[in-house]
Amino acid sequence: MLNGLQFGVMLFLMSAGLTLVFGVMGLINLAHGSLYMIGAFAAAAVAAATGSFVLALMASLAAAALAGALIELTIIRRLYDRDHLDQVLATFALILIFSEGTRWMFGSFPLFLDVPPMLAGPVTLPGGIEYPAYRLSIIVIGLLVAVGMFALINRTRVGIRIRAGEADREMIAALGVDIAKLYTFVFALGAALAGFAGALVGAIQSVQVGMGEPVLILAFVVIVIGGIGSIKGAFVGALLVGITDTMGRFLLPQIFALFLEPSAAVSVGSALASMLIYILMAGVLVFRPRGLYGVA
Amino acid sequence: MTRESWINVAALAVLLGVPLWALMADEPFIITLATRAAIFALAGVGLNLALGTGGLVSLGHAAFFGIGGYAMGILASHAQSYALIMEAPFLIEGTKSMPVIWLVAMVTSALAALAIGALSLRTSGVYFIMITLAFGQMIYYFAISWPAYGGEDGLSIYVRNEFPGLNTLVPMQFFCLCFAILCLALLLMNAIHKSAFGLALSAARQNETRVLSVGMKPFHLRLVAFVISGAVTGLAGALFADLNRFVSPTMLSWQMSGEIIIFIIIGGVGRLFGPVIGAMIFILLEHTLGGLSEFWHVYLGALLLGIVLFAKGGVIGALAGREKAHD
Repeated sequence: MLNGLQFGVMLFLMSAGLTLVFGVMGLINLAHGSLYMIGAFAAAAVAAATGSFVLALMASLAAAALAGALIELTIIRRLYDRDHLDQVLATFALILIFSEGTRWMFGSFPLFLDVPPMLAGPVTLPGGIEYPAYRLSIIVIGLLVAVGMFALINRTRVGIRIRAGEADREMIAALGVDIAKLYTFVFALGAALAGFAGALVGAIQSVQVGMGEPVLILAFVVIVIGGIGSIKGAFVGALLVGITDTMGRFLLPQIFALFLEPSAAVSVGSALASMLIYILMAGVLVFRPRGLYGVA
Repeated sequence: MTRESWINVAALAVLLGVPLWALMADEPFIITLATRAAIFALAGVGLNLALGTGGLVSLGHAAFFGIGGYAMGILASHAQSYALIMEAPFLIEGTKSMPVIWLVAMVTSALAALAIGALSLRTSGVYFIMITLAFGQMIYYFAISWPAYGGEDGLSIYVRNEFPGLNTLVPMQFFCLCFAILCLALLLMNAIHKSAFGLALSAARQNETRVLSVGMKPFHLRLVAFVISGAVTGLAGALFADLNRFVSPTMLSWQMSGEIIIFIIIGGVGRLFGPVIGAMIFILLEHTLGGLSEFWHVYLGALLLGIVLFAKGGVIGALAGREKAHD
């Protein structure tokens, strides 16, 4: 359950940026997974050089935001007025370039990022459950980021501009807001969140080329469930997907074991568990084609 | 004849001519490359009906490509181990006969396309892209975690399947088979384009409201197009599996979907021969750049970016100009 929550929080970090970029700019960004990967690699490289986990996290934020701002200024900017097919293709091309570029710089072998010693041990939660401190801190950080995002979007001046940009691009440009700068900012913010998620997860899994795409696709599922452009939808969707996936993997083989022989139960259970979130998505689509919090 | 049809004829001539030359020069590897190009072209021709004519950007066509591949793999592996696929309620045996395998591959991928299409076509635009991608990924993970047919490791077939009257293990004969199927598929697509159905489908892409107002249902048009498209791509998958005598979840991966789209984009979206030219160029690039540098995907990415940003319409668009452009 807690693992599901941790997975969900991480998915939220990914999908928040994606849904923001889509909501404000109307752009589908396949290269979001590459930014996640860049964050993880930057963190691993800095951690290896300095040994400090905090510096590594900051490096991941900076590197991903920088890469995001760079591609926004050079390429993404040209795509806002194009149709979705062009956006898909151009960002797919970016994935190819980023993945091979990273492979060229760091090699094909996975890197490892160590959990900081302070958070390495388990903590005992109320109720007597032992849980790794690091995973717990991911949950806490993720929830803090979620609160921060809500505050940013709903309470600050930048947030007002972002929401206005979502509603009517020409109008806020006419009101004297530099829309191009705003777009670069939103894109870099989304990129930074993705890079941050990559660095956090990098300490649990290995850091390798191609790590971003599976997460990217899960983030798409989250957005489809939550409704495009909605941060709240992304949050609810991410938790739903994270918990469904983790619980499914754990529970389904056990449920099947009740009426199938053990080996068959494991194979049927795990095969079905891997499909569970997509079935969830299909279910949501049948009843709410625009997602849970989508605008019709 | 328009300029575009000259280009089309030239493309087919090159695709047929290169292996003929390779046969003379005794370079069986080049024949295999040409076969790959023909099969990829077929997959692209399938997707082009949904993507080009129907305007449905499907990022999940690898699902049908892979299902076709697995249809071949499962049937042939049962035939080579003499194990029945199923005894009750019907007796189903494995087979090594290509026509039967093709039929099964097309029917299964058409059924999958029907299910995926019926769900995904309820939405449009960006949702459609993400959902087809997600369903493709679902089948990919299913194939990885289902151990009966090799799981992650894939499934090897020792001998290529049989086609009556041909020795399919001879590269040239297998190439001719794939080439003939590609030509048939092109003829079929040409007929669809000119039919009332093709025109209505195209109209649904250009102006949905008008199509609705004359009493046609865009959903039905698109679903039929999606199913045909899935079936053709599935057939290509069965051929591709037969070419390699190997099926693995890689055929189902989303990179594969991306590559099938790339064939269409390089050649030209919505052009009948776009995927043919695109697949040939892709294979050529893969072979030459892949030889030059291990990281050839960087160049592929840069090329793709260039085409998307500056040369809409792909190679055919650049060569033929706008004389018979699609819209």
